[in-house]
Amino acid sequence: MSGRWTSFNIASVVFGFAFLYLPIVLLIIYSFNESRLVTVWGGFSTKWYGELFRNQGLIDAAWVTIRVALLSATVATLLGTLAAVSLVRHSRFFGRTLFTGMVFAPLVMPEVITGLSLLLLFVAVDFARGFWTVTLAHITFSMCFVAVVVQSRLISFDRSLEEAAMDLGCPPFQTFMRITLPIIFPAVISGWMLAFTLSLDDLVIASFTSGPGATTLPMKIYSQVRLGVTPEINAVCTILIGLVTTGVIIAALVNKRRVVRESASRT
Amino acid sequence: MTKSLGNIRRTFAPWNDPASRPYIAFENVTKRFGDFTAVDDLTLHVYEREFFSLLGASGCGKTTLLRMLAGFEEPTAGDILLEGRSLKGVPPHRRPVNMMFQSYALFPHMTVEQNIAFGLRQEGMARGAVDQRVADMLKLVKLGEFGKRKPHQLSGGQRQRVALARAIAKRPKLLILDEPLGALDKKLREETQFELMDLQQELGLTFMIVTHDQEEAMTMSDRIAVMDSGRILQIGTPAEIYEAPSSRFVADFVGSVNMLEGTVETVSGEMTEISGKDGLAIRVTGESGAGAGDKVWLAIRPEKIRVSRNRPENGANAAEGEVWDVGYLGDMTLFNVRLDTGAIVKASVMNSRREVEDPIGHEDRIWVSFAPDAGILLTR
Repeated sequence: MSGRWTSFNIASVVFGFAFLYLPIVLLIIYSFNESRLVTVWGGFSTKWYGELFRNQGLIDAAWVTIRVALLSATVATLLGTLAAVSLVRHSRFFGRTLFTGMVFAPLVMPEVITGLSLLLLFVAVDFARGFWTVTLAHITFSMCFVAVVVQSRLISFDRSLEEAAMDLGCPPFQTFMRITLPIIFPAVISGWMLAFTLSLDDLVIASFTSGPGATTLPMKIYSQVRLGVTPEINAVCTILIGLVTTGVIIAALVNKRRVVRESASRT
Repeated sequence: MTKSLGNIRRTFAPWNDPASRPYIAFENVTKRFGDFTAVDDLTLHVYEREFFSLLGASGCGKTTLLRMLAGFEEPTAGDILLEGRSLKGVPPHRRPVNMMFQSYALFPHMTVEQNIAFGLRQEGMARGAVDQRVADMLKLVKLGEFGKRKPHQLSGGQRQRVALARAIAKRPKLLILDEPLGALDKKLREETQFELMDLQQELGLTFMIVTHDQEEAMTMSDRIAVMDSGRILQIGTPAEIYEAPSSRFVADFVGSVNMLEGTVETVSGEMTEISGKDGLAIRVTGESGAGAGDKVWLAIRPEKIRVSRNRPENGANAAEGEVWDVGYLGDMTLFNVRLDTGAIVKASVMNSRREVEDPIGHEDRIWVSFAPDAGILLTR
């Protein structure tokens, strides 16, 4: 967009960004605080990062979180992609509208309800709560996000590419693997990134579905904060922010490259 | 001396030979999408090595017909036979036909070479043989140095060539082309038309092509089928379609035409006398099947109408009028003449000389005339 920067523009942008990022910037700054008191600046230090790596409880929680996120994001991407393909491709199968609604309902469902209902299910079938229940729960709610991302890509996908492949002697499944999947892959990767960060962030659903020995990092942080915020927590959060930001930036770059390429091939 | 339609002598005409078997046969094929009938009880035979065009406006069912042949749609009723064998239930990847898509459908994540090799690899051809065939194909479509490029690095004309090379790389006996030249500009389109014809001759392929461009169909085809609302209105050589259209729709769709409406007065032997709707008396020779009192239309092409300053001596059919519009196209000049009876007649004159004495201009009084066999009588 072209246009002149008026002082009003500048003021609103500065105010908006400050509103969004000032708390985060403060958190990052205080993670390098020498002082034990969170709100009093006592000089620069990285000692809390060192402390962090000696805190076995936090490291265990981080390890659980990462394993849950990797596994649930991968499975959710697989299922979400399949759901998106059947939603876009088989436009007239019986119960499509219902299926669509059911796939996308968890997007707007309050997390408390998702968490509670999953808890009730696990109790009902007598499934010992722990690592696997959290993973299953995360697959359930992040799958629909993947489906949305992949579906929006598939809608603009030129079906004659698949027809051309089949016309040249390629069976349907191979066509999907060799033509469709490589072309929509950036969207699948974005979906995976989204699922990964959602799983990393989640507190509510994990609290409902987790059991002894499977405390995730957000749960650990939350419980520690109730006992008082230490600079150690700031350090953990800073690392988390770094991870999530990197993920989001990579997803955006991958998508941008696709857009540039496609607009080039259309001209 | 034998007379034939059009200024061309044909030696290839298997459709006139009762002994020849059709290569592709559509037998009473119907295709419905919900309530909409895209193809309506259509029967069509195409012969080996023929260059066959389906010509029609968009939505007439021609693309649906091709998609059924390629296997992307199944007929609701009827059957499609290839060399006498039914294609019913055969999936697209098992059909020995290849298609060139209107959008070209080049795989964006593969290079030109990989695109062309795709079908060959599927066949399980050895690597060396694939490379050899790809190189041959690139040479054939004159894209030798573009093998390592991706489709988005090519111009429209180059992409069209890659799509063609990919479609013929497997040496299919039948190539289906869906509006193959639709995305090219006029000059490139004309060049490519002749290249396609040469290629078809060279490789001995059967081509089935869909187009809405009548000039393209006329230039390239052995035969043309004119389609409208899922039906074939007429099948014939370009000359038959142009000079002997079977209906007003075909006459009007292919080329420019004057349609003079009238009623048959008398029929005596070869000669039919018509009184035009606006009082013009016309004498016509040729079979039409119309009897006295029938309503008929005389379809006559603009280039078969002569214009002159004075009443022609021998002219069987002549009328006086005023030049209404003049269009100079370079190779020819178009006149719209408003007859004194009120009708407007289009006439075209070849500009075979650079300089003309006493040229005809706007609002001049002139005579238009045409021979009794210049037009064709249509009853529908």
